[in-house]
Amino acid sequence: MIDEIQLRLLREIADLHGIPEGAYNIRANGEMAGRATTANIDIVTKTDKSGIDIRIQPGTKGESVHIPVVLSKTGLQETVYNDFYIGADSDVMIVAGCGIDNCGGQDSRHDGVHRFFVGPRARVKYVEKHYGQGTGTGKRILNPVTEVHMEEGSSMEMEMVQIRGVDSTVRTTTAELAADAHLVVRERLLTHGEQRAESVYVTLLNGAGASADVVSRSVARDHSYQKFDSRITGNAPCTGHTECDGIIMDSARILAVPQLEANDLDASLIHEAAIGRIAGEQIIKLETLGLTEEEAEEQIINGFLK
Amino acid sequence: MLELRNLSYEVAEESQEKEIISHVDLRVDDGRFVVITGPNGGGKSTLARLIAGIAAPSGGSILLDGEDITALSITERAKRGIGYAFQQPVRFKGIEVYDLIRIATGNRRLTIEDACAYLSEVGLCAREYIHREVNASLSGGELKRIEIATVLSRGSRLAVFDEPEAGIDLWSFQNLIRVFEHLRERNSGGSIIVISHQERILSIADEIIVLADGHIQRQGPRNEILPTLLGTAAATPDCRAAREAMGE
Repeated sequence: MIDEIQLRLLREIADLHGIPEGAYNIRANGEMAGRATTANIDIVTKTDKSGIDIRIQPGTKGESVHIPVVLSKTGLQETVYNDFYIGADSDVMIVAGCGIDNCGGQDSRHDGVHRFFVGPRARVKYVEKHYGQGTGTGKRILNPVTEVHMEEGSSMEMEMVQIRGVDSTVRTTTAELAADAHLVVRERLLTHGEQRAESVYVTLLNGAGASADVVSRSVARDHSYQKFDSRITGNAPCTGHTECDGIIMDSARILAVPQLEANDLDASLIHEAAIGRIAGEQIIKLETLGLTEEEAEEQIINGFLK
Repeated sequence: MLELRNLSYEVAEESQEKEIISHVDLRVDDGRFVVITGPNGGGKSTLARLIAGIAAPSGGSILLDGEDITALSITERAKRGIGYAFQQPVRFKGIEVYDLIRIATGNRRLTIEDACAYLSEVGLCAREYIHREVNASLSGGELKRIEIATVLSRGSRLAVFDEPEAGIDLWSFQNLIRVFEHLRERNSGGSIIVISHQERILSIADEIIVLADGHIQRQGPRNEILPTLLGTAAATPDCRAAREAMGE
């Protein structure tokens, strides 16, 4: 069912070299290519629209869910709705991601709409990787929409990675946090060629003691364009930090729009943004260690996006 | 062996050419430990940058083992065995100490253990540092020693250290001196050039060169040169240097 190209995509987006352990749902070219559930994690196909419901029992610890999506057929366009219900006091890892191989002339597009309902005191690590390949003229397009609802005392760490290969992305992530909930977002992005990538994060800190740390590190090469738009709203005594750290190269452009809104006297919010080329002295240092200028740039970028 | 022949470096200043290095002739034989000292603004750091290829001379030539390397890039000089330690070590986001040492050795499969050995040589407790990022979380003294470790790990034929004592605290300074004393003891074959005002570093030199206003003013074995420098700014005792380093 899964072919070589799809396997390569799975390796890129989910570090999968075969069938994953634990619960999983693999979607290939718009169809289910494999599914497994466990005693604590159930996956059910939605009946009203395309997508799945993932239900994690309260108290589930140390389990993982993989829900990779691969597209290798040119011209395939889909919107998929996945809802995650994460029970109280659980501690789980969720690995999502989408890989597109487009060798044809038509655009391929996958829009994943993910909703997370994180129960009280639950802990979630979420990893989402995007990857594109293929020599066709058709574009590879991904527009993920992520909605996060965090109940009291819950925590979520989101790692969003898109390194090369995706022509157009608009990533929209909204999160609302109840008291003592903690959200950490780490976005890493590399665009090249004529690619465009927009990231919008809206974080609402609604409960006392809530905290959010939303950080993007990105590299824009060639003629690519990136926009990072992150807003944190503090509606209670809370702490929030958002940061965009961007490297531009060649004729690329980056627009960073960090925004803060404090609606409570005890909301403590910080934003930072820095965009610039690779520091000349960093390249010189690596050249004195024997690297060429190109090799030095590669090392600096790899480290920066690690 | 390194040779500088009639080496000059000019910069444009208020529409006039100003000579920072003026017709310098210098020879550093293999296995020598040479300290270049002299007043601030005398051209010491520029000379180091010219040797490493970071700056290009406006006249003269640089030879390494008889080969004219004047036109070679930084990378090509590094590959021929020239090492250079920055006065202000460069910081990198995301690059770990291990990565830098691995790059420096040119060995993609460098083991953590071998990388740690280089850190131990500069007096750092290796396990604590090997996976640290080379960023602002490290102190000036830590960065300095990591910088020196990257140069040591290249096994350079000629290593140039630009004012290793600059910008570090007294405690780090004492450690740093020991690193150079150790380096001096175990050096075999390669030559070392240190730019320094430090009496204790000057006192382990084979040869001392005094550079001022872009000229070599004096040059000779330590025994001859050091006594003429003591008590001047070219050879400061530890505490004064440390105070200066801390900006007091």
